Amino acid sequence: MSEEIIRLHYDINAEDFSAAGEASSSVKKTLTRLGINPNVIKRVAIAMYEAEINAVIHADGGYADVSISPTEIVVVITDHGPGIPDLDKAMTAGWSTASQEVRELGFGAGMGLPNMKRYTDDMHVESEINVGTKVTLIIKIT
Amino acid sequence: MKVSKIIEVLDAELLTGEENLDLDILSGCGADLMSDVMAFVKDSVVLCTGLLNPQVVRTAEMMDIRVICFVRGKIPGEAIVDLAKEKGITILTTKNPLFITCGLLYSAGLIGRGVWD
Repeated sequence: MSEEIIRLHYDINAEDFSAAGEASSSVKKTLTRLGINPNVIKRVAIAMYEAEINAVIHADGGYADVSISPTEIVVVITDHGPGIPDLDKAMTAGWSTASQEVRELGFGAGMGLPNMKRYTDDMHVESEINVGTKVTLIIKIT
Repeated sequence: MKVSKIIEVLDAELLTGEENLDLDILSGCGADLMSDVMAFVKDSVVLCTGLLNPQVVRTAEMMDIRVICFVRGKIPGEAIVDLAKEKGITILTTKNPLFITCGLLYSAGLIGRGVWD
């Protein structure tokens, strides 16, 4: 891979739940084409997919910015949703504010943020009530 | 266990993904909660679920899961089958409930744990 940083931008549309995950799918495809280690790709895909789903179910969508350098992949998911009132609680496996409707779709079980943490090397969450949430996911390539 | 054997054991119907019939599957995962699948599954598994929406296929795609078996006789709609076809994921459907599906596969020798311990 060249030394150049590849930057990708995606809008995350919340209108159609069945389309959630398209951005993560596209990133997975790009990383595969670049010949990145499959284990790294899987970690990026899972963490980003969870973040993308969160933006859809909690925040009416948002956008994703991905940068791929020779040493790391950084995924930033930004939304303008309600914000997370208690970040410590949100990081606890099993804690969720998701609706019953979302749970019936197989998500909203309070595993999203813990899963993102589990599959990344570094993760930051910035959130402000009624302003939005920005989740930064960092996965090292080496 | 080959995918073709899984079909035989579950008396399942193949809806798409004939190209994976010779694929070796090491373990199974029975779940309706996709976040749990992403939290716990590690190896090459067949995902058995009663949840019927395109996010099942998306989850499988992210996890590199190549075979999904819908249980309790659930037949996925065209959108789900088409998405799976595009991603090279095999879709099966069996009339067995989830518990029996997992039991039949385990009894037939699909005993890998396939999870992060």
